[in-house]
Amino acid sequence: MLRAARICPRLARHHAQWRSVTTSSSIQTPHGHLPSTQSPIISELKFFNSVTGDGTQIPTYRVLDGGGKPIEGAQVPELDEAVARRMYEQMVQLPTIDNLMYQVQRQGKIPFYMTHYGEEATLIGSAAALALDDEVLAQYRELGILLWRDWPIDALMNSCFGNCEDIASKGKQMPMHIGSAAHHFHMISSPLATQIPQAAGVGFALKRDPARRGKNCAVVYFGEGAASEGDFHAGMMFASTIPSPTLFIARNNGFAISTPASEQYYGDGIAARGPGYGVHTIRVDGNDVLAMYNATKEARRLCIEEGRGVLLEAMSYRVGHHSTSDDSFAYRGRQEVEDRKRLDNPLSRFRLFLESRGWWSASDEEELRSRLKKDVLAAYRRAETLPRPPVSEMFDTVYGGEEPWTITENREELKRLLKKYGQTWGPWQAELQKHKGAGQDLMGS
Amino acid sequence: MNLYQAVRDALSNAMMRDDTAVVFGEDVAFGGVFRCTMGLAEEFGRERVFNTPLSEQGIAGFGIGLASMGHTAIAEIQFADYIFPAFDQIVNEAAKFRYRSGGQFNAGSLTIRCPSMAVGHGGHYHSQSPEGFFLAAAGIKVVIPRSPIQAKGLLLASIRDPNPVIFMEPKILYRSAVEQVPVDDYQLPIGRAETLVSGSDVTLLSWGTPIYHCETAMHMLNSPPETLARHVPESLRSAKVELVDLRTILPWDVDAIVESVTRTGRLVIVHEAGRTGGVGAEISAEVQKRCFLKLDAPVKLVTGWDTPVPLAFEKFYTPDALRVLDALVETLSY
Repeated sequence: MLRAARICPRLARHHAQWRSVTTSSSIQTPHGHLPSTQSPIISELKFFNSVTGDGTQIPTYRVLDGGGKPIEGAQVPELDEAVARRMYEQMVQLPTIDNLMYQVQRQGKIPFYMTHYGEEATLIGSAAALALDDEVLAQYRELGILLWRDWPIDALMNSCFGNCEDIASKGKQMPMHIGSAAHHFHMISSPLATQIPQAAGVGFALKRDPARRGKNCAVVYFGEGAASEGDFHAGMMFASTIPSPTLFIARNNGFAISTPASEQYYGDGIAARGPGYGVHTIRVDGNDVLAMYNATKEARRLCIEEGRGVLLEAMSYRVGHHSTSDDSFAYRGRQEVEDRKRLDNPLSRFRLFLESRGWWSASDEEELRSRLKKDVLAAYRRAETLPRPPVSEMFDTVYGGEEPWTITENREELKRLLKKYGQTWGPWQAELQKHKGAGQDLMGS
Repeated sequence: MNLYQAVRDALSNAMMRDDTAVVFGEDVAFGGVFRCTMGLAEEFGRERVFNTPLSEQGIAGFGIGLASMGHTAIAEIQFADYIFPAFDQIVNEAAKFRYRSGGQFNAGSLTIRCPSMAVGHGGHYHSQSPEGFFLAAAGIKVVIPRSPIQAKGLLLASIRDPNPVIFMEPKILYRSAVEQVPVDDYQLPIGRAETLVSGSDVTLLSWGTPIYHCETAMHMLNSPPETLARHVPESLRSAKVELVDLRTILPWDVDAIVESVTRTGRLVIVHEAGRTGGVGAEISAEVQKRCFLKLDAPVKLVTGWDTPVPLAFEKFYTPDALRVLDALVETLSY
């Protein structure tokens, strides 16, 4: 394997304090170099604008073609049948959940939802290649990672309804803002890219922890739109400069709400930025679950072994609308989406591969789809009937330790108002009934 | 010790007791531009005391990540004036981390230190007192010490508080305030004001640098210099001023302030930040609500003006001893 010291001797020397690897090699150039850089001095006036040197774009790594066959020279990962089947099942589970939740949001039963259509392979391929206790920091379209780690569908449904069994945020955040400490999946928040420099901090903490050093990395997911935020720049820079084992996975699905990637950047995608930060980088066909698996596995190994950031750009296509608050046909053609769905479907690609191995059949497919539908519907029905958390939960966990007087007084004030108006002011009266205990937790003696 | 040495001593104490504690920020490895981290890198190693790239949002985000893993993250923002690039990470992330996850995650072991307040010649961006901007960020705490003893005790408490804390160090005091500071590990309570001088006629409330202007003003009230004597009525010269250091801006000590104003019937609040939307406005609103029947005069605010901090006009901008004296006279004679 390649060591960082061979690839990037300048970085190795600059940060000798951080690593045991040192190098004595010095590049010989006729005109020498400036004190702040190893860059050779030249006399030719020459600009450049390409990472690859010859002007071509960074290539995209692929294992399976559209028909589920390994492409020439590609190495198929050694997956046993059980794991491969589970990957496919998890991929199918995503649209099963998405279909139902999208519909019920349309019916007004949950306030909001975001689908994962078209990114199933990106999510499951990477999830399967990570250790179950690698710390994941996600954007919002990464449900597959948590489900791969056996986060119960019940937990998802409870979170979408913000009911009294929602352990993710206790009814405080919007649907799809999920997280589970037990599953090493940090809580999702709406502000884009904020999780990226946080991931570098998480990576650094892992490296400082003797029990996890060399075993785990931080993994941060974000879209190509979020990569335009200043926090992306900060995160990449911190993970490379303050070496922190952080795997950056950019989901480049072509759109940030209505903005096409062509209006998001002028360079060669997100991958082209990695080398600028001194970060090992790869671009992967995000619709090819085996390519995602291989690339993530190797990226993770590199990340942990060198204790530093690695960037993986997964190319896919956002088949669904941005969210339930978005009609994407206002800015892209219906036909374009249909074509993409037909030509390059990550699920059928992997299914064809499984079938070619004799690992999957039409009856397996039928059994899976009806089982998933049944399970998802059962979890949905259960979550739907549960009341919201007790009203007093609203004031809990703003602070740790002693509760500040401001919040205690807020609580008392609402209690007074509920006692006075709770049974007479229509909007409150109806709303109280949706909460566990109907406000008695607050109003009770 | 002076104030920067007290800060350094607190950091050393914190790191000694807690292996997960790390100190980072711009230029902290060589000792910091204000000397607050002198020798720490040599004492604890570069893995625990290190420079970051020059990016405040990165520093805050990185610190939140460390804290979310239970590590003690002590971040430095070089000047409070430059904390604004990290405003999103502090307000949307650190402050809401615990609440939004139903208590599953928190960034409680994060402390952000930053030099603040005017220094005589800092102009717009080396003088600000941005504590008021953080007043509405439920979930964080904001602490400002007035002296070396206070700085060490409050900083150690901030580092160990289970919530993210912004610790603002009045930079003009780094070298000028000197006192005997215990070398032992000790903490002072967060969320508690401290009465420095007891009195019964007016409550004078401040924090950080202006505490010293308040002290001077009190002396001037008791025995005004000849040039000011005609502005200070004889009848007010024996007035007993109660001087209170708020110390914690969020959550501020409402009980102590209300108790004091209930006794004195008068309140003057002094802070360097501009008036509109400042901390003084919040406190005076709360005090007039709770002490309405006890107040003998309107609550008076002595603050910076509603302008950026101006370089050549700083003497006229800052709430100095004269302005505090004038406010005391006005309030006492109302």
